[in-house]
Amino acid sequence: MSTLSIDKISMRFDLPNGSHVQALRDVSLTLNTGELLSVLGPSGCGKTTLLNIVAGFLAPTEGQITLNGARVTGPAAERGMVFQQGALFEWMSVRDNVSFGPRMAGQREAQWKGTVDHLLDVVGLRDFKDKAVYELSGGMQQRVALARCLANDPDVILMDEPLGALDALTREKMQGLVLKLWKETGKTIILITHSVEEALLLGERLLVMAPRPGRIHREYRLPFAEMGVGQDLRSVKRHPDFATRREEILGMIWDMEEEIMGRSVEAGA
Amino acid sequence: MIPLLLIYLAIFVGSFVVIRMGLRRLRESHDFTSLKTVTFGDESAVRPDRAASLISVLTIFLIWGAFTGSKWAPFHVPGPFIGETRFTYTVEGPDGARDDATVFARVAPPGETAAPPEVEPGEGFARNDAVTVGAWRSVLVTWDDNDALSRADGVKVVAIEGQPVMPGDSVDTPAGRVTLTARGTLNFSPSKGMQMEPIWLPPPEAVVARVSEIAASGYQNFTLWEHLGWSLYRVIAGFVLGALVGIPLGYAMGLSGWFRGWFDPIVEFMRPVPPLALIPLVIIWAGIGESGKIILLFLAALWIMTIAARAGVSGVAISKVHAAYSLGASKWQILRHVIVPNSLPEIFTGARVAMGVCWGTVVAAELVAAEKGAGMMIMVASRFQLTDVVIMGIILIGIIGYGIDILMRIAEKWLVPWKGRV
Repeated sequence: MSTLSIDKISMRFDLPNGSHVQALRDVSLTLNTGELLSVLGPSGCGKTTLLNIVAGFLAPTEGQITLNGARVTGPAAERGMVFQQGALFEWMSVRDNVSFGPRMAGQREAQWKGTVDHLLDVVGLRDFKDKAVYELSGGMQQRVALARCLANDPDVILMDEPLGALDALTREKMQGLVLKLWKETGKTIILITHSVEEALLLGERLLVMAPRPGRIHREYRLPFAEMGVGQDLRSVKRHPDFATRREEILGMIWDMEEEIMGRSVEAGA
Repeated sequence: MIPLLLIYLAIFVGSFVVIRMGLRRLRESHDFTSLKTVTFGDESAVRPDRAASLISVLTIFLIWGAFTGSKWAPFHVPGPFIGETRFTYTVEGPDGARDDATVFARVAPPGETAAPPEVEPGEGFARNDAVTVGAWRSVLVTWDDNDALSRADGVKVVAIEGQPVMPGDSVDTPAGRVTLTARGTLNFSPSKGMQMEPIWLPPPEAVVARVSEIAASGYQNFTLWEHLGWSLYRVIAGFVLGALVGIPLGYAMGLSGWFRGWFDPIVEFMRPVPPLALIPLVIIWAGIGESGKIILLFLAALWIMTIAARAGVSGVAISKVHAAYSLGASKWQILRHVIVPNSLPEIFTGARVAMGVCWGTVVAAELVAAEKGAGMMIMVASRFQLTDVVIMGIILIGIIGYGIDILMRIAEKWLVPWKGRV
């Protein structure tokens, strides 16, 4: 069983004026293969910083990350990332975007063609494979981004608010697609989101983070992702437990935001 | 000048009224833009009216023709007086005796000479005179050359066309103006009208004739195509060299702190120096031959291309670079597949600017010193007052500059179709 282990990560930036910001303090977490973790928290709680550390774009000031026992020191193909938007390559067709990873690894077309065509089928973009990405809608572009990440066959997929810029209806469809891909591929996924509903729907495990310093506030294990694989996401949302959890977590985040506001008012006074 | 502006304004407003209010009604279109009700302030709804462009160009030629007496213009502003005219003057002898005489003047068309008209001497001690003068010129009438008594005898002019005059006074006659000079002679200037002299502004057909003449037989030891071709060759050679050095330098400055620190002072210092200011130094160092010109244009293109490439690298969204890294790309692969293509729109914008600057600089450099080239042609022609060659040169320089820009835009659309659509 391969695992992603986040071990006592702390992140401290020095500011030009001599003070510093404690973005993360003592964050520890272990993810097993095939787990889907969603991360939620008020702005400034260090969710994106944590994801960037796992991806290898930032080095933590303390602690370490290991994937399958090997220490993470930089970005690599084993940890794929899906961004909110604007990370596709406009100068390439949909197909060239999706096959980017295999091509960079030196694979020939015969080697990647099957995978890429299959993934384009799965995300429903078979007929658009020769189109330029700037000709696609926002939802289609995010489907290309998902397929591009999967084509590289990473061990872990990191998603930084991948659906944040989409309209409500497209977003709901994409949530279904993410669940489907998760179940089909059995990938380990970390999903960062601002939406409590999305975090509940998709997260098999849910992490609520608190700000200043960024830390883990609470962790949940949720049944909704499993429920959502088999059925309509809207009926999952109607489940009584879903509403209870949503109110509980919304209240929790609301309190945190209130506390921040209160503190900055005190600091101002 | 004022009537010219008024005529221009009248054509502008008149054609607007006729085309927009009149003809447009006849063929209304219903495409998306024409259905917009808010067009004032919506820049995307402002489309150039092609009829206006056509009329604008025709108007320029019409005014040019009308003010130069062109055969192509349907009407002309009043031209210079040409033909025969006369005016009378009155002399007074030292004894107070007065006598009238007439000056017969023949005004020749521009560029031609005419024999003075034959005249009867007339009666009295003042004899009739005959003079000839070219249009736009003036002639000094020494009226006493043929008279019985001359200025040396104390005879002087006291009236012109019956109007009493003192030295320095002028009298307008139907065909011009006569001035009594301080020395007592008469200066006749036939009326100039409102047209331009060919030496200041030749009519369009003269310029066209000059184009075909120079295209056929060349100018200053080189054919027209050689002159233009050399200018173009210098621009392309200078631009290509500037791009070959500038683009990699710009990439290096965008990717390495050491390169940026090292070259920032040089680039930022050289960027505001206009290439024209480098001409004297380049001539001192490299002479007026080809190498000097190409060095100058290289320098003109270099900084623009460097800055464009640097901006292209800085403009790459960090998420694209991160995405490429987490897809397993190496640094070289990211340069090749992400940074270079991402910077192409910026580089094309820079290339368009650089080509424009190079074209302007080459003409200026050729104006200063050259053996061949478009700028040299108009410079030499201006020394000989060959205004038609100068105007021909300016028009050809404009057409080529415009053509370069259009080609660059076509290339841009073809090579970076995603520009402005991300």
